[in-house]
Amino acid sequence: MNFIEARKLVHEYIRRDEEGNVESILTAVDQVDLDVKQGEFVAILGHNGSGKSTLAKHLNVLLKASGGSLWVDGKDTQDGDNLWDIRQNTGMVFQNPDNQIIASVVEEDVAFGPENIGVPTSEIWNRVEKSLKSVGMIQYREHSPNKLSGGQKQRIAIAGVMAMEPKCIVLDEPTAMLDPNGRFEVLDAVTQLNKEKNVTVILITHYMEEVIRADRVYVMDNGKVVMQGTPRSIFSQVDVLKSYRLDVPQVTLLAHELRKSGLPISEGILTRQELAEALCQLY
Amino acid sequence: MLRDITIGQYYPANSVIHRLDPRVKLMGVLSFVVSLFVFRGLAGFVSVTLALVLIIHLSKVPFDYMVRGLKPIVVILIITVIFNLFLTPGEPLVEFWKLRITWEGLEHAILMTIRLIYLILGSSVLTLTTTPNQLTDGMEQALKPLNKIHVPVHEISMMMSIALRFIPILIEETDKIMKAQLARGADFESGNLIKKAKSMVPLLVPLFVSAFRRANDLALAMEARCYRGGDGRTKMKPLKYCRRDMVAYVIIGAYFMAVVLLRMFLYFGR
Amino acid sequence: MSIILDKVNYIYSENTAYEIQALKNINLKIEDGEFIGLIGHTGSGKSTLIQHLNGLMHATYGGIYYNGQDIYDEDYNRKELRSKVGLVFQYPEHQLFETTIFADVAFGPRNQGLSKKEAELKAFTALRSVGLKENDWYRSPFELSGGQKRRAAIAGVLAMEPEVLVLDEPTAGLDPKGRDEILDQVAKLHMERNMTIILVSHSMEDVAKYVERLIVMNQGSILFDGTPREVFAHYQELEAVGLAAPQVTYLMHELRKRGIPVEGVATTLEEAKIAILQAFEKK
Repeated sequence: MNFIEARKLVHEYIRRDEEGNVESILTAVDQVDLDVKQGEFVAILGHNGSGKSTLAKHLNVLLKASGGSLWVDGKDTQDGDNLWDIRQNTGMVFQNPDNQIIASVVEEDVAFGPENIGVPTSEIWNRVEKSLKSVGMIQYREHSPNKLSGGQKQRIAIAGVMAMEPKCIVLDEPTAMLDPNGRFEVLDAVTQLNKEKNVTVILITHYMEEVIRADRVYVMDNGKVVMQGTPRSIFSQVDVLKSYRLDVPQVTLLAHELRKSGLPISEGILTRQELAEALCQLY
Repeated sequence: MLRDITIGQYYPANSVIHRLDPRVKLMGVLSFVVSLFVFRGLAGFVSVTLALVLIIHLSKVPFDYMVRGLKPIVVILIITVIFNLFLTPGEPLVEFWKLRITWEGLEHAILMTIRLIYLILGSSVLTLTTTPNQLTDGMEQALKPLNKIHVPVHEISMMMSIALRFIPILIEETDKIMKAQLARGADFESGNLIKKAKSMVPLLVPLFVSAFRRANDLALAMEARCYRGGDGRTKMKPLKYCRRDMVAYVIIGAYFMAVVLLRMFLYFGR
Repeated sequence: MSIILDKVNYIYSENTAYEIQALKNINLKIEDGEFIGLIGHTGSGKSTLIQHLNGLMHATYGGIYYNGQDIYDEDYNRKELRSKVGLVFQYPEHQLFETTIFADVAFGPRNQGLSKKEAELKAFTALRSVGLKENDWYRSPFELSGGQKRRAAIAGVLAMEPEVLVLDEPTAGLDPKGRDEILDQVAKLHMERNMTIILVSHSMEDVAKYVERLIVMNQGSILFDGTPREVFAHYQELEAVGLAAPQVTYLMHELRKRGIPVEGVATTLEEAKIAILQAFEKK
């Protein structure tokens, strides 16, 4: 069985008026099938309001499905007994770095998760040290989070999740509020966790450049999964992506344009090295 | 101005005071505050002052850093002095127009000023040398007996530590919203009281909205990290008394007794 | 008509241990009708600089002249300056406070002392110019999407009919389509009304595409000031201070290194495409 398996997952936001009558129903997640293997790096792309964040919140059972099924790590998310097990095994990092740091000292914040699940004190110290090292923030362990940069704060948040020793980490637009350097920091930390610790990563984003590192990409629109495949296969469909309010990296777009102008460059160029290589072979 | 407030801010340093158990420090501050209202005479003043100077010295927090924490209370100090100077009946010292300063008034004014300053300095030693988390941990532990009468001690201390974490963020946010509304021509200064209150709406509404949004996000983040109240929680830094804490308790006790005895002695001595 | 900054310095907490010099000897002349991009990493002084332009922050040393008048002169009407130099802060939708979008946009003009009718007229025009649909005008800000709220907030500044519009990262957190929509609207304001625009951005691709003049800040000083083409020719120096050039600029260097004689410093996709196609034709 896959680490995450969703079958026809549905989530509806139901709005009621003051008397409790249904005013409107918004289907934020619509019949989604999702399969993620242990150790995979999966990206979920979609414009604002496409339902990707709602989907993400199901993986950690912060939201419960209105229909369909979702199994995480072999456990049914609909079964209340599995709740804490699942939350411990799939950590979650959110968009706003300020609003997810609880403590006023970095190391105490990282310890928050392990404290909640009852890890013994000496083990907490080990875990805090290990996870701060794994995101390269160990030298800030006694600092106040307020004086750190956005990228550093997000890495603290990642360390806080890692300290619970999860099998999977779900990042809900972790870079949306960061500057380019902060984005690199966070992505590098995440990629490293995936490669070295074999942590399953689910990255939700609308930055195309970040998706290149993923093993597989799901594209969502209107609550539905509308495309899925490797980054290369997704990015070779420039016009389709644009119709979903998305974009492709500048070099991919350039390759696409050059192809339209008659240069026989293959679709799905992801990096500028690839494009330079392709052009050199033609020249 | 807002960044001058040192109360509630942690000053990292490696000192004996920093290493003390927060419960000891809480007890110490409590005793010190009581002693401020108990002491009498020069001998009492000297012992209170000595205690404060010694503790500040031991804490390794720069003295001028602490003094800056007094800035926000200057207004309160001045008001206290004025009230005490002019409104205390007794033997007149100077008299002009309808005002009269008495010897007793002068004495009260000086005494109250000292008390207030020492009070702020003493309690800021606590907040400067104790991380907010330690502080709330200390309170949680110290207030644990109240759990029996269904006071949600853990929840209260969690609320306090979160509040402490978000105060600087909300101050920054207030500044930002204020500037943004100023850029749209808002006026927070002129006009009468009602107009002024009205002009706060463009500041307060976004601030509240933001505070609620943050609270919502934070609750979600805490839940995602398996927070489910105080039961079954372990601690990264559990409070454990060690020898120096015991020594400190003895010293605090001795100090307190000394001030009380001095007062009784002086009282009977009069 | 211009803004002149003469040796502007700004120092936080001067003469204390916490002294930070946020601006160092800034000399700058902004001409009427320019479209300027302002880049620099977080903490480089960009935000401090733009808050000087409308008088929200007061230079510690140095002078600022708006249309030849000293804005620090005692008689100078600084409140009026704030409506002439419209400043849109980061995440401006966080400052919406009225019950309807329309009322919120009218807040600025009302503060200018205009009658209700005049203010509403200005709000009307402003909402039109940011492309917000009329049936959204009388809704609560809470009912709109992030991109719509952002536009409403920008309209709130436009309604004061500023001569200069300064935008601090107006696209932060928006999806690609939302990003393009906002920037296209801004470019349109520049084209149609000849409005002076100062755009603070982290996206090199965006500034290269839109602006005519690019100012790079680093550690409180101006590092480069020129056309995007001139500035991005210094891509190595930019990297040294934690910035970068657009992807296509690097591609052109790479191609030249590999022996394809592409000409010039391309900063936009269009330029790169033309240069590459030309190189292939000449072959």
